[in-house]
Parts: sequence; structure tokens; C-alpha cells
Amino acid sequence: MLEIFTWLADWLTWTVLGMDPSRRAGMAVHFFIEDTSKILVLLLVMIYVIGLARASLDLERVRSFLAQRHRGAGYLFGAGFGAVTPFCSCSSIPLFLGFTSAGIPIGVTMAFLLTSPVINEVAVILLWSLLGWKFTVSYVLVGMMVGILGGMLLDRMHAERWLQGFAARAYLQADPATAVEPLPERTTLSLSQRHQFAWHEAREILGRIWKWVLIGIGIGAVLHGFVPEGWFARQFGTGQWWSVPAAVLAGLPLYSNATGVIPVLESLLNKGLPLGTTLAFCMSIVAASIPEFTLLKQVMRWRLLAVLFLILLSSFVLVGWIFNAIAPWLEIA
Amino acid sequence: MKIEVLGSGCRNCLRAAERIESTLRVMQVEAHVEKVSDPGVMLAHRVMRTPAVVIDGKLVHSGSVPDESTIRHWFQS
Repeated sequence: MLEIFTWLADWLTWTVLGMDPSRRAGMAVHFFIEDTSKILVLLLVMIYVIGLARASLDLERVRSFLAQRHRGAGYLFGAGFGAVTPFCSCSSIPLFLGFTSAGIPIGVTMAFLLTSPVINEVAVILLWSLLGWKFTVSYVLVGMMVGILGGMLLDRMHAERWLQGFAARAYLQADPATAVEPLPERTTLSLSQRHQFAWHEAREILGRIWKWVLIGIGIGAVLHGFVPEGWFARQFGTGQWWSVPAAVLAGLPLYSNATGVIPVLESLLNKGLPLGTTLAFCMSIVAASIPEFTLLKQVMRWRLLAVLFLILLSSFVLVGWIFNAIAPWLEIA
Repeated sequence: MKIEVLGSGCRNCLRAAERIESTLRVMQVEAHVEKVSDPGVMLAHRVMRTPAVVIDGKLVHSGSVPDESTIRHWFQS
């Protein structure tokens, strides 16, 4: 079904624009048209369809569910809900406070917050269509593992010591009842209400991310057209252990969401960058963002931010090494 | 009447404040709109998603930029 977009790009690039398929610029433009049209259409359709299903999921209910779980299961559910619950990154502060003031362990809340930027429906759809199901499943599993283990580690370190004063007080005086008591009544949504929610969501998300998608595809297109085949493989082969930490560091100052990164990821893989190295690079761009961290400063002290940062960086390096080792099984690149 | 828009200062929060101000102008209602980014205030109102709107100390909305008909509804009584 997705061949339509290849045909569209064939027609526009070679026939309408009259570009030469053997030239670099032609290849770049073809890649850009094919990926832009494919990704934007897929996103619009899939966000809408998922929105229909998700219309009845709300944060209050998620919080109440998490507050009633045992800590051990909490990490798993925290990371799971982080993956499926939509929220804008500028809500991470009130969300953090809302969870902690309901007595949900810091680690469970952090599992939620760490997983959230890495896994979302948009990233999963894109990965699946561009790189196949094995890669997608591994990506989701690894993303959740980072969240779960990060959360457990933070609890083990008693991270609540390093919260800002008012947030620590809210956590210590937490009353689990707040999470349960003011639940809005669960109303069954009509189909038209679901449609309204889904349509609003599709427009809102697409309106927010289309620039990132275009920039990502643009970079991907340039790589696709102008970097020689196998160039990355020769520069950063799997044998070099340092290429993974180097990729994580290189991704740090860059900031994008998962949507913008995945087209770049596709191009990097096609040009022979090892799988684990690519993945580590992309997770570092998506999850460890400086703007996000400055926001968190409002509720966390430097000590905790530094710890969080180290946990993220070292887990990305581990992810990179592991994926480089299992890449042959995944049959990509 | 005191209207507070709670949010970290992201684009949606600014848009929410602007939309409330412009709606109030059209309705010719006299009120002061204030943007609040103090997380302590959000905690006090138990807001988990921003932008949120507080009118005279009472939370009326949270989680999105309210549309115009919703805003009109707040000021019609």
C-alpha cells in the first residue's frame, strides 16, 4: 500500500521536475518527496485512529491506577503508561507534582517521565513502516527498560532527598487519597465525541510536529543523496567500542522529538552506521534535551538532575553496545 | 475578577492567555489576566496538565487551550 508514495515521488521527481535519477540531487529530492508525503499521511491517519481509542484515557485515572499498585508493578505500569499517555512536555512539572503529591514513588513517576519522550504512537508507527517490526519491538522494549531500571535506581538512591523544598514536602505529606477521591465520573463517550477528540488531537499534534518532520526528512534526504554508500560503516565500524559513547555525546546538544529523528535514523542505517550506534545517537537526541532539563530544575535540585543525566547517558551507551551485538539477528542494516 | 493562566510559559499557555484576553475584549468584560508559572501554585490547585485556568481562585479548566465558546461560557453568568 505504501508504494503509492514511491510512485508519487517517481512521478514528481523524474517526470514533473525532470531530475536525473543517477545524480545526487535527484536522489535527495526523491527521498524527500517520498518520505514527506508518506509520513505526513500516515501520521494524520494513525493519530486519528489511535485518538478514537484513547479518547477516554485521562491522567487522573492513570494516577489513581498507579497510586494503588505495588511499587514493583508500579515501575512496569509507570513506563507503560508513559508510553501511551499523551502529554505535552511543558506539562511535565505539574504532572510530576501531581504524581508525587499523591504518594506515587519518585521512581515510578520517573519511569513514566523517562519513557514518555522515547516511546509514543508516532514513533512506533514511523519505525514500523520504515524499519520493520523487529526493530520496533526491540526499540519499545529497550525504551521501557531504560525507564523501569532508571526509576528503580532513583528509588534505591532515595532521590526524593534531592527535590526542591516544596516538592519534597508535597511528597512526604502525600495523601494517597488525593489520587482516588476527586475522580471525574466515567461517562461513556459517543462516537461523535470520540471523533471530535481524535480529529482535534490529530490536528494539534501534526500542527506541532510538522516542522520537525520536515527538518528530519531534509537532513535524511541530504545524507541519502550525498553521503557515499558504506561511508559510516568505514568511519565508525562495529569493532570500535568508542563509537557508541561518541554518538551519545554528539546527540546531546541536538534536540528534536522522535518524529524528526526517525527519518534521519533510516538514512544513517542505509549508509551503514551500525544499528546500536544509530539507536544510541537518536535516543540521546530525543530523551536528553537541555530545555527539558532546565524545566525540571523547578522541582529538582542540581544533584538529582546530574544523577538523572548520568543514568540516561550510561543507559544509552549500554543500549548501543547491546544492539550492535544483536544487530545480525534483527536483519537490518 | 482575577483570571490566572497556569503554565510553564510554553506556546500553548501564551495562546490560552491571549485567547482569553481577546474574548474578554469582545465581550467587553473588565478583568485582569495574569500568567502564573510558579509550580507551587499548580500543586495547590492540583493541576496536572497545563495550560490551566483559574478564575477568582477556582480552577475551571486544564490541559488544553480553551476554545472561544468555552471561554464565553465562564463569563456569561
